[in-house]
This record gives sequence, structure tokens and C-alpha cells, in this order.
Amino acid sequence: MLDDKDRIFLNLYGFGDWRLRGAQARGAWDDTKALIDKGKDWIINEMKASGLRGRGGAGFPTGLKWSFMPKPDPARPSYLVVNADESEPGTCKDREIMRNDPHLLIEGSLLASFAMQAHACYIYIRGEYILEYERLIAAVEEAYEARLIGKDNIHGWPFDIVVHRGAGAYICGEETALLESLEGKKGMPRLKPPFPANMGLYGSPTTVNNVESIAVAPAILRRGAAWFASFGAQNNAGTKLFCVSGHVEKPCNVEEAMSIPFRELIDVHCGGIRGGWDNLLAVIPGGSSVPLVPAHEIIEAPMDFDSLRNLKSGLGTAAVIVMDKSTDVVRAITRISYFYKHESCGQCTPCREGTGWMWRVLTRMSEGRAQKREIDMLLEVTTEIEGHTICALGDAAAWPVQGLIRHFRHEIEKRIDQYAANPHSEPAAGFEMAAE
Amino acid sequence: MAEAKPMTKLLVDDVAVEVPPEYTLLQACEAAGAEIPRFCFHERLSIAGNCRMCLVEVKGGPPKPVASCAMAVRDLRPGSKGELPAVFTKSPMVKKAREGVMEFLLINHPLDCPICDQGGECDLQDQAVAFGFSGSRYKENKRAVEDKYIGPLVSTSMNRCIHCTRCVRFTAEVAGTGDMGAIGRGEDMEITTYLETAMGSELQGNVADLCPVGALLPKPYSFKARSWELTKTDSIDVMDALGSAIRVDSRGREVMRILPRINDAVNEEWISDKTRQIVDGLKTRRLDRPYLREGGRLKSATWNEAFAAIAAKVKSARPGRIGAIAGDLCAAEDMFALKLLVESLGSGSLDCRQDGTKLDPKFGRAGYIFNPTVAGIEEADAIMIIGSNPRRESPVLNARIRKRWLKGNLLLGVIGERADLTYDYNYLGAGPESLARFIDHPPVEKERPMLLIGQGALARSDGLAVLAQAAKAAISLGCVKPGWLGFAILHTAASRVGGLDLGFVPGEGGLDAAAMAKAGALDVLFNLGADEIDIAPGAFVVYQGTHGDRGAQRADVILPGAAYTEKSALYVNTEGRVQFAERANFPPGDAREDWAILRALSAHLGKTLPFDSLHGLRAALYASHPHFAKLDAILPGEAANIEKLAGVVGAAPSAVPFVSPIADFFQTNPIARASAVMAECSALARGLRKEAAE
Amino acid sequence: MSVRRLAEVQPESFAFTPENEARCAKEIAKYPPGRQASAVLSLLWLAQRQNGRWLPKPAIEKVAAMLGMPPIRVLEIATFYTMFNLAPVGRYFVQFCGTTPCVLRGADAIKAVLERRIGPAGQVTADGLFSWIEVECLGACCNAPMVQINDDYYEDLTPENFDALLDKLAAGRPVKPGSQIGRRTSEPVGGLTSLTSLYGVDGRSGPQTYRGSPGYDPPSPEPVSDKD
Repeated sequence: MLDDKDRIFLNLYGFGDWRLRGAQARGAWDDTKALIDKGKDWIINEMKASGLRGRGGAGFPTGLKWSFMPKPDPARPSYLVVNADESEPGTCKDREIMRNDPHLLIEGSLLASFAMQAHACYIYIRGEYILEYERLIAAVEEAYEARLIGKDNIHGWPFDIVVHRGAGAYICGEETALLESLEGKKGMPRLKPPFPANMGLYGSPTTVNNVESIAVAPAILRRGAAWFASFGAQNNAGTKLFCVSGHVEKPCNVEEAMSIPFRELIDVHCGGIRGGWDNLLAVIPGGSSVPLVPAHEIIEAPMDFDSLRNLKSGLGTAAVIVMDKSTDVVRAITRISYFYKHESCGQCTPCREGTGWMWRVLTRMSEGRAQKREIDMLLEVTTEIEGHTICALGDAAAWPVQGLIRHFRHEIEKRIDQYAANPHSEPAAGFEMAAE
Repeated sequence: MAEAKPMTKLLVDDVAVEVPPEYTLLQACEAAGAEIPRFCFHERLSIAGNCRMCLVEVKGGPPKPVASCAMAVRDLRPGSKGELPAVFTKSPMVKKAREGVMEFLLINHPLDCPICDQGGECDLQDQAVAFGFSGSRYKENKRAVEDKYIGPLVSTSMNRCIHCTRCVRFTAEVAGTGDMGAIGRGEDMEITTYLETAMGSELQGNVADLCPVGALLPKPYSFKARSWELTKTDSIDVMDALGSAIRVDSRGREVMRILPRINDAVNEEWISDKTRQIVDGLKTRRLDRPYLREGGRLKSATWNEAFAAIAAKVKSARPGRIGAIAGDLCAAEDMFALKLLVESLGSGSLDCRQDGTKLDPKFGRAGYIFNPTVAGIEEADAIMIIGSNPRRESPVLNARIRKRWLKGNLLLGVIGERADLTYDYNYLGAGPESLARFIDHPPVEKERPMLLIGQGALARSDGLAVLAQAAKAAISLGCVKPGWLGFAILHTAASRVGGLDLGFVPGEGGLDAAAMAKAGALDVLFNLGADEIDIAPGAFVVYQGTHGDRGAQRADVILPGAAYTEKSALYVNTEGRVQFAERANFPPGDAREDWAILRALSAHLGKTLPFDSLHGLRAALYASHPHFAKLDAILPGEAANIEKLAGVVGAAPSAVPFVSPIADFFQTNPIARASAVMAECSALARGLRKEAAE
Repeated sequence: MSVRRLAEVQPESFAFTPENEARCAKEIAKYPPGRQASAVLSLLWLAQRQNGRWLPKPAIEKVAAMLGMPPIRVLEIATFYTMFNLAPVGRYFVQFCGTTPCVLRGADAIKAVLERRIGPAGQVTADGLFSWIEVECLGACCNAPMVQINDDYYEDLTPENFDALLDKLAAGRPVKPGSQIGRRTSEPVGGLTSLTSLYGVDGRSGPQTYRGSPGYDPPSPEPVSDKD
């Protein structure tokens, strides 16, 4: 188990003061100038050496991402954009950072912006997080008042933060959709290339980072890359916030070392699986986008990017959704499928048309009202979506369904048999959702 | 002039091609002869990349197919051993991707091709046959989408929409009115205008052309014909002076619809709504037999009776009291024949400028054409619009100005009406006094500045003084320099430059149009389709034209002529470009082609014209005006002409503000005024303007 | 997602209050010159808030005019982002999270309470007090099941405590947002498993080593949202 002295999020649960004084007492804003004085190259190299991989789901090395920003050009100012549009089902970690320790994010934003020579940072927070928005605004105001940030601040790097509220669209968590939304348009992902580092917000070089990735940066820079890299398996460095939900005794958010075995994570922090380990059915280990992993594969698995990828799943946002044997797993995935149908922006064909198709077939399958050959057809439909869309939402919609068929085909077949043995003319439940 | 640009080499289906690096993969594939299906991609719109139909496989790229419309050749990387980048358009990955996308497009697309007007010219139909698989695996209910009202010209059938957003991009980018959008999201995304209001663009009909399926269709053409029944004829539009390239689709004697042809030099591939939807005006209020006025009333007559009546009047008239006015839609051949005829009768009273514009061929061609050319608008870096509302006078040309404006770094000014032109500009003033500020202005610090001068500045009594001022301003601002003649006259009449080229203006001692129209000025007036001028009582008026409009009402004899789709003819557009229109159908009833009428009349007048065929007429025309023989070419104007214009001395212009000659875009000529569709558009536009003014 | 249309009955006009007018100007000023469209969400938020939590047609047009955008662009946004309510909602507008993590923790029973007490989704009760809709993941999965009522999250719901919560709201009595079982944020129920060296297992009794730091002030209690 991670030692408290190695934790970054010391006010994860909000028992301490979220305001500036509390944050400073926990070590935030402690001679930040000294870090800046070491120069942008030092910061980027340190971030690279720490092995931090983006905490928003894709796991791209953060330091490397920062190094992609082109040289500053007065006509095209660089921007840092913080992705606080936390909406992936299962994920609720950034919320705790923003409401309980917002200064970690603000300090991280300053350091990251300086490293990328950006003078402005936009934090895009999902519209539903109203308390978190207000806390963040208040914390930003405190930082301005204390001249920690602002045009003329004690760190000598002119720097502004704008907090921007979304209004209910999961797709805005996709970085280019987020930029579109920030520009006052519908959140429809852009074609890449050009990537945001070349053509981002307002056509200027932009880096988009997750809240957690930015919030851990000050700690990494203070304590050193080696400290951070000492946690987790090779290539999976650091500490990480895990959001454990579903059928555990005590769901919670917790900061742990990367690569912590699933069993340890659950036993130490979550009071074990509801009904004991034998009652575990499957786990979605990284937010709704990643395929589920059946119990026997996940129990001893280290919770990190590479191990979970080897299980044909992923760490994603480390949102661990636990399902015990009471779970109607077909319905659970059907509901996720509905989520993607609901959140598809509608821009490109495979996602717009395919997410609804998958959900409708799954809704029937939840009741067994299908043919067994439709299982393979559904699987093929997922492959027609996967990899064929502008952004990753198509993949994210396809993978959970693929995971279900991969591991629980027998469950679907059982239902089809059951229904075939006892067909009836009642309307299928669940379709009414589309007409809400 | 074109420099040799560095080319990039790549393999497309194992065939090596060299293309410019900025080419998209789609263009590169086409250059290599590979066919790439697409729906959302359109050469003249921004890239959306949303239909996913153009997916190709790229070697060395990501392990998934790439949208070829959205990736540039320069973004490809060579292999690790320096192999050429390779694109595959026929691989199993590509085949699967296309079939998948096609299946998705079809799951919610209705199977109503037999009752869909797009049938036979539908991209979805064609590509489904070529790239889809037969049968559908989709067993769920299909989506039902409400149809929307988006105006009188485009009907909707939104179940068919495949969300390519071409229409949205067109109205946002080309038309500049931002009429259309996609509301909602996901599978419930719907294309519509704002709460089903009518589109406000004069180019809105183009969205139906752009729609790759039958979701947006031309409303007036609904259920009128199938595309394969139509005879397609290349023609030239005469609704404005741009001379847009059009295709006239006819069935039997009837024109069914008008579509744009691609001509990058003129209209790219857009046409205005007037150009497109004038069709019903070609069929109503037509003059289909000769008429004679007897006892104050027009009575139908035979050709011989009509000619005899004219001959009697001409015989009793003094040569100096015979004259001719040519209207806005006349072909060059018709004006040429009429000019020869009137001159042979001994009169110099000729005018093709019924609006009274002061443009005159005596100052040279550069003084009355759009010298920088329409395509040259894209080269200009400063444009001053004087006395013109190009959006109303030539919407397609206006779209070209907007296109240039969108590229940025353009200095734009307007002297005249402060109108919504679909782009931002600096408003420099209302009338001649504002123009006067520029007559000895230091040169503007731009490479290719141009003045665009409309008839609102020239078709007025002080028009010549304004024209001279404009010429002076052009010189002082640096619009006239080697390799760039930034002096652009925007005409409103399709016949005008042709008429000026032919010298269809008053000769020695001759009267101009306004003088001829005055009471008692003439004994006999030949009116060749001039319907925008009031002719005072007195003269015996021979009206030769197509519609029962203003000219016919004032006529003593009516000779029924051919509308522009009904004759083979030459037109010269505002740039001075000679263009050829083929005949698509025949004039109605006893109506005849205009040159033939004039030739027959000349015999009755004892002044038989020296040609018996259209071929012979053209030979004579080419002999006297050789540039008419060079189709699609422009005889360039000379900078010296502008100097000459600038040297015109006379009274200073008045202070009256410039007003665009076109108050109602949809009602500018007799064909338009006969069209019920144009009447509806006109009423709607007036309503819109009223609303905007409130 | 379903087809989203503006409400049938619309007010004649909409104008921002002087106070909101000033807030609009402040929002617009947040973005670089010429990028005022970036403020469209903020302005729509203000309009919706001012208009009883739903967005009327004249407000869409007003915002379009203020930002120099064609009205269709603003309508696109109002219909794309699902937090803009296009029809009137109840005084207490309940957004019920029905996504899988909440379903696993018993959201179905919460939905049943809503259906029983308020009626079908999207309908405002006759007294105008309540309406509810099902929304997608609200990002409080460790405290599932949960709902958002107006601005605040109510977490760790059971049919019983949710019923009681709605009773209190209906009676106009104060309610406490957040966990309804006394948990602080997303801590594990029954005591901390981490950060105990700072806060103790109960979150309060630890040494809190930074207490001695200069400028330390004991934490304020979690604020109860007092907005409208």
C-alpha cells in the first residue's frame, strides 16, 4: 500500500481546507518560482523522466506531449487547455481534485503553461460540476489576489486562467471536440492531422491535458522524477487516483501506486467484493470505454496500462466498475451502449448510425429476443465502427460490446434459448429510453 | 508563369504517381486513376471528413483506414528503408470499410428510390451499387425525421438525409448567410434552417445540387421529370451580366430545369436562384404570334401583315426619325443584324443602354469591361465597390468576392448603399463626394487593388463624370499597373458588353435611348426586347421580344422572338468574355429566332441583310468584329483607355448617393416577371427585408 | 438523445437583467477579441438561469445577436448540449443518473421513486415543484446512486432517504447536498484507508502534520449550497 508520505492528493476527501491557505499548508505553491527558474527544458525533461502517462485515458506520455509544442510565435500564442470534462462512466476523480484541492491544478497549470511557453490556460469543466466550478473559480481568484498568477505575478511568468463551463456533452472530453466547444461551437471532434499542438484553440498551438496529469506535475517537479518513477511497473510509473464503484463493500476514490494488484486495491480500500471474491463476475477496469475483464483474469492483475492492455482491456481513467454475480451483465453493457448512442455527436457515419444499431440489438438481446447468428452480426457491426470514425468515441462504443461478446457470449445465448422456449408479445423493455 | 513546384511521389495501388504535396490522398488517388467514393467531400467546400466513405489504407500509417479526403500527401511518411508511401484503394481493409460505411448509411435511408427525384442521379444509389453489398442486416425500426420548410426553392425529405453537411457548409462558407445548420446530435441530428425559416441567400438553390441524396431537391421541379428523359444542352445564362455556364435540361419542347455547369473562370459551379428557377417564366406570358395594334388594341396578325405594316411606316418616316433600342437579354447576333438594318435605313439612332449608363465604346474596351476578370477577384488584395450591390446584381460574382474575403488580408471598401453583402467592409460613403476623396489619393499599399464600379454609379445623368472620377481614382490608387488592370465594370445586362463591342450606341447625330424614348423624338422605333424603359407616346413602336411585358404593351407591332434557351447565340459577359449558348428548345407557336425575323423584315423593307443563314451572319460578324470568333476568350482592355477616361473633362457629379439599379433581385427582366416562382421569392424577400427593417 | 425541439409555448421576449447583462460582458471579456463566440455557453447558462432553468426562443435569439452569430448556430448549440432545457422544468429539477455504475448500486429503485412521486420523465408536477429526467453519468460514481437537483448533487441514495429528501424539498425544508448517509465526499464508508496519518481513520483525529504550518486555519465545514 502506498505510504501517506508518498501521496500527492492530501486532501482527496476534503477533510482539510481546500482554500489557498490550506493548500499552502499542504505544500502547494511552495517556492514555485524556484521550479520555474530551472527553466522550461528542465521541467519538460523532468516530466519525461517521471514516466507520467496522461491520466485522461489514452495514457500518452505527458512530458513528450509538452515537448511537441512549437516555438512561441507572437501571432499564434500557445495555449494550455485543461480537460476537466470528466464524464466517462465510472470516473469521478477529477471532481475530487477540483473541489478539494483546486490549487494543485492551478499550480500545475502555471508550471505546465510555463514549460510550453503559454500565457493563457483554459480549464474546461463539465457543466454539471457546479460546486466544483465555483470552488475552482474561487481558488483561481485567490491565486490572482495572492499574485501567484496573473499578468504581473511573483513567478515572473505572465499567466491567466479562464475557467470555462460545458453544458452536457460527453464528447467534449475528446480534446478536439473540447476545443470546438471552447470556441463556441458544437462539440464535434476535428480531423487529425493537424493535431492541436500545431493547430489547436483559435488555430494556435495547444496542448490539452487531463486535470490529474496537470495536478500531479508540481509534486513530480518538487520531489523529482525518480521519486514518481519509483512507483508502478516499468513504463507504468507513478501514483494514480482509482475510482472504485459498483459491487464492492465500500466504493471510494483512492490514490494508490500504479500496478497495484486488483485484489489488493479492493481488499485494502474497498472492503472487498460484495459477497466475497467468489461472487465477482467481471470488472470494467478503466471506465465504460474499455472492455470488461472476467473475474478470473482480473483478480491478480496489476492495475496499469500495459497489464490491462494484455487482458484486451485498458487502464483508461482507472475507473474500476466492479460487477458481482447478481449483475445482469448484458443489461449493464446495454446501458453503456445507450450511453454512447446518447453521447455520439452525430458527425460521422459509423458512430452516428452504428451506436444506435448496437444499442437496439443489445436491448433485444437483454431479453433474449434475438437470433444467435445476430451475435456474430453484432460483433461485425462493432468492427465496422471501430477504427472507422473521426474520434475515439466510435472505438469506445464498440469495445464494451466486444468485451461482452468475448466473455459472455454464453450468457446471451442462454437468454435467446430461454426466450425462444417461452416467446411472448409484450413489448421489449428499454426502447422507450430513446423517446424520453 | 506557373513555377515548377516540388512534387511528391507515392504509390497508389502499386502505381507510382507524382502530385503536389498539398494534394489530399483522394486527389492523389484520382490522379492515379483510382476511383474513391465520397459523399461529404466537395472540392469547393471545407473538408468535413464525416461520411467516412473515402477511407483508404495507408502503408506505414495507422493500422486503420484513413479518410483520404482529409489527409494530405505531405503528411505521409516514407517507409523505414525509404520506400515510397503507399496508398491502397482496393485492399480487403478498404473494401470492408466501404461496405461497412455504406451499410450504416443505408440502415436509416428509406428505400423510396422509385418516388425520389434524385433517382438516376443519386450518389448514394450509384455508390451503393458500386461499393455496397446487397441486402440489409438491419432489423430495427428505421429513423423517421420530420421534413422541414427551408424556403420556396428547395424541398426536403429528411428521412433521406445522410448528414454530409454539404448544405450547411455551403450556406456558411459560399453563400455566407449561415442559413442552415444541424441541430441536435447523434442519430437525432437534423439538418434545418433556424426554426424552419426560409433561406435568405440568392444562391440557395445550389444546396439541392450539392445534396448527394434526395433529401434536398429543387421544389419547383418536384415530380416533373426523370433525369434520364432529359436532353441536356450547354448554354449561357442571361439573368445577369456574369454569363454563368448553365445546362438546360429539356424534354420535347419544354425546358424542365436549369443546372450549373462548371466554369472556373466565371461561375465555378454555382448559379443564382434566378438563373436556376426562371424556368416557369419561359412558358408563361409568351408572345407566340405577331400582333398589330388596330384601333388601340393589339390583334393577332400574320407575319406578312406585320411586316407590311412596318414597311408602310418606315417608308413614310424620315431616316433621322427611325431608331432602335436593344434590351438586356439580346444575343450579339440579333443586335448585329438590327444595327445593320437600322444603319441601312440611314439612321444613327441606336442604343443598347436602356438604363442610360454612360459607358461608351469610344473610350476603349477597358472602359466598360470587368478588366481584372472574375477569377482575378481572387488575386486582388484590395477592392473598392462603387455604386454597386454585387449581391443583388450578380450573386455568384459576389460569392467570389466573399471567397476572396474569407482568405483574409483583403482591404474592402464600399461607396454606395450600406447593404449586407455577406462580408465585412469599410463603409466609405454614399455618393460621388466620397469617391472624389480618392481621385488624388496616394497609392494604396497593395499589390493588386481594384475598383468595382456598378451601374448604380454610371446609369445616371452625371454617370460620365463619375466614371471619369473612378478612372482618376483607379490611377491614383495604383489600380492600373503593368500586369494588373484593376478597373472593373460590373454590368447588370447580359447583352450590354456585346452591344458596346458592336457599337450599338448612337452614331453621328444619333439619339441615345432616353432621347429616343421621348415623345415626338422618332417616327419608328425598333424595340429589341427592351422592357425596362418607358417609351413615350408618339413613335410607331415595333417590339420584338418574348414576353407580354412593358415593351409589348407599348408596341404597335409585336414580332414574337426567341428566348435565350431557344436560340443558338453569342453573349459577351461583363468581363468581355465571348460565350456561346446552344439552342435547347424551340420558340413557341409562330415565334422565330430573332436574327431570322430581322432578316425577313429587312427584305420587306427593301434593305435585305447580306446573309441567309446564322452561319452567314456570324461570318459577317466575325469579319467586322474578330474577337467574337474567339469563344471563351477575353480581348483584354488597355490601360491607356483608363487614362483617356480620366482625362474626360466636364461638370462635377452631383451629390446624389449611388443606388443599386436592382431593387428587386427576382424581378429584373420580362422572363423573371413572368415566373410564378420568382414572384414568390420576391414576395418572400420583401417580407424578409421588411422584417429586418423593423 | 432524442429529438430536441423548442417548447410550444414561448415568451414574447427576453432581456437580461442589468446584473446579468454585466455578467455577460464579463464572460465575453474572458476570451480574446473576435472570439466572443466562446462565451456562447456562458451566456446561454445565464439566460437559462434567469428564466427559471429553461431556455426560451427569444433568449436564443438574444444571445445570437449579442455575439454576432447567426441564430441557427446558437440553436445548434442549445440543442446539442443537453443541459439546456428547452421547455419549462420544475422548481426542483431532478437529473437522475441512470448509467451503469449507478444502476449497479440500485438506481432502478431511485427511478421508481421518481416515477411514483413525480410521474413520467420530462413532466412537471401540477404544483410546479418537481420534474425529472434521466441523464448520463454525472461523474459521482463512487457515491452511486445519485441525482442532481438544481445545482447540487445528492449521493448514496436509497429509496428511503431519497423519499425523505423529496419530502423535505416539497415541504420547503432545508436539505443537505452530498452524501445522504453521512459520508464525506468519496471516502470509504466506515473509515479512511489512506491519509490516516493526516486525518486519522475518522478523518478528524489525525495529527494533520500541516496544522502547525504557518497560516493554517481549521477547515471550514463543507458549505451547504444556498443558491436559489
